[in-house]
Amino acid sequence: MIAVAERINGMFKDVRKAIQKKDKAVIADLAQRQTEQGARYLDINVGTAAADQEAAMRWLVECVQGACKTPIALDSQKLPVIQAGLEACDGRPVMINSVSGDAEKLDVYMPLAVKHNASLVALTLNVEGVPQNVEKRVEIAMTIVAKAMEHGLDMPRVFIDPIILPVTVDQKQPLFICEVIKQIKTVLCDPPPSTIVGLSNISQGTTTRPLINRTCLVMLQAYGLDAAIIDVLDTDIMDAAITADVLLNRIIYSDSYLKSARM
Amino acid sequence: MALPALKESYAAGVNVVTLGATRDQGGTRSVAYKIGGAKTLPFMDTDGATGEKLLVAMDVLDIEPDWPDVLKAPYGAALKDPAAWAKKCVEEFGADLICLKLDGTDPDGANRSGEEAVATVKTVLGAVGVPLVVWGCGIDAKDNEVMPKVSAATKGERCLLGPAKQENYKRLAASCIADGHNIICLAPLDINIAKQVNTLVTEMELPADRIVMFQTSGALGYGIEYAYSIQERQRLAALAGDKMMMMPVICDVGYESWRAKEAKSSDAEAPEWGAQAQRGPMWEAASAIALVQAGADIIRMRHPKAVAAVKKALGGLQG
Repeated sequence: MIAVAERINGMFKDVRKAIQKKDKAVIADLAQRQTEQGARYLDINVGTAAADQEAAMRWLVECVQGACKTPIALDSQKLPVIQAGLEACDGRPVMINSVSGDAEKLDVYMPLAVKHNASLVALTLNVEGVPQNVEKRVEIAMTIVAKAMEHGLDMPRVFIDPIILPVTVDQKQPLFICEVIKQIKTVLCDPPPSTIVGLSNISQGTTTRPLINRTCLVMLQAYGLDAAIIDVLDTDIMDAAITADVLLNRIIYSDSYLKSARM
Repeated sequence: MALPALKESYAAGVNVVTLGATRDQGGTRSVAYKIGGAKTLPFMDTDGATGEKLLVAMDVLDIEPDWPDVLKAPYGAALKDPAAWAKKCVEEFGADLICLKLDGTDPDGANRSGEEAVATVKTVLGAVGVPLVVWGCGIDAKDNEVMPKVSAATKGERCLLGPAKQENYKRLAASCIADGHNIICLAPLDINIAKQVNTLVTEMELPADRIVMFQTSGALGYGIEYAYSIQERQRLAALAGDKMMMMPVICDVGYESWRAKEAKSSDAEAPEWGAQAQRGPMWEAASAIALVQAGADIIRMRHPKAVAAVKKALGGLQG
């Protein structure tokens, strides 16, 4: 499972303060600790911490690149902020997070990803909102796949996010997401696109968030999930994800597998 | 409409390990090699880079071997002199590397000392310019005594020293770190243990790009399929990005093949199997080619005819 580490986000108080005070050490520390815990990408999200989001994104990317070699996921809904991040990147693998499944937006983001040799997270939602059923989500996934083929973005670099809704909103949704992931991985094309979820949404408003998060993650892995945006500093969720990878025969067991999977 | 080419693409690949150091690299070798680097399955050059060329290491023993006559014949008197033996392997038989096996240090055999082993290693180093693989006798206590001395005496030569095992890796790993050598991590036909040894050695801070894996090898008819499937699975894991499975692989084909009765039985013992002078090298070459196709980076071999056959086949496969 590709762990995309979520902590460098302006929504967190320490990161928000660091952005405002230009305190590199806080960001470098988060980048290094998340890397040590097995992050394969470090998500960078300015949030609402700065008036000039583009400048803040550039600064965060530079801080992270100075601290580790881990690939970066540029997280923003605003194209100029993503572009600022891409321009600051030093050539390491990069993920764009994210774009909606609207054709006209995909026509902008797909060429951008191709140009920068980036991966692209595309959400199964469009102007009509988040679909509530399996079929509509897969239909949008198909639009994403078609656009990737049209623009020449390699399928494994397309990360489709089927959008997890809080379990408190609709308890039928987690199983729908499982089914969507299975269909994306088996019926759309060969090789299939990758799948990703922003996991923590599942547990919004509950009293057992870490437990719900890691249980959900393991379920989704069994249906073919490739990547998740998670708190890699949460040892329990990382241990569960890595162990699921062993039980699903995706990584080879060894007595130190929890350690080697984080290397 | 043209059919699109079906290509597999992989996220990662086999590490590149450098063997040997020339004078300007701090050693005395006339040549240094890189092994590994494949980013696809063996020889699948339509899918991705197949990496560095596979190397043949020919075995030289520090003690006159008890081999079948047909295996001894090409070497003649050189079998009594490791330096002359190594020279013959390189100059006449085209060995890319010499694998000096320190069987003479075995406490149940000649029980030679670490100093004697060092002297032999040095004469072989002086006789040939190719990089050296030095392989202990396999008895842990004795290897722990001998190999650190060999390591120190060859400091800077960037040899490949082995084997490190799950239950005995610290001394050798520490020596390799101190003296700049590469290490062979051995696991007996067990991919889980292979990964574990690699992890343990890496945790001692020997860089992963100085580790070569030895899964142990079978001969044709003697469990080669286990070695084959482990090497295949290991390569797939490396391509998928498992950092503790990305190490290049060494196979010991010569020793395993010539243990098989199909290779070692004399003409008198097995007249119905055809001439041993043909049969033995064929057994060794067939075993080698199978393992090469599973994903190998160095193969240890013994009979010059088998070496020639494998090199010819590799010429066709590697271009």
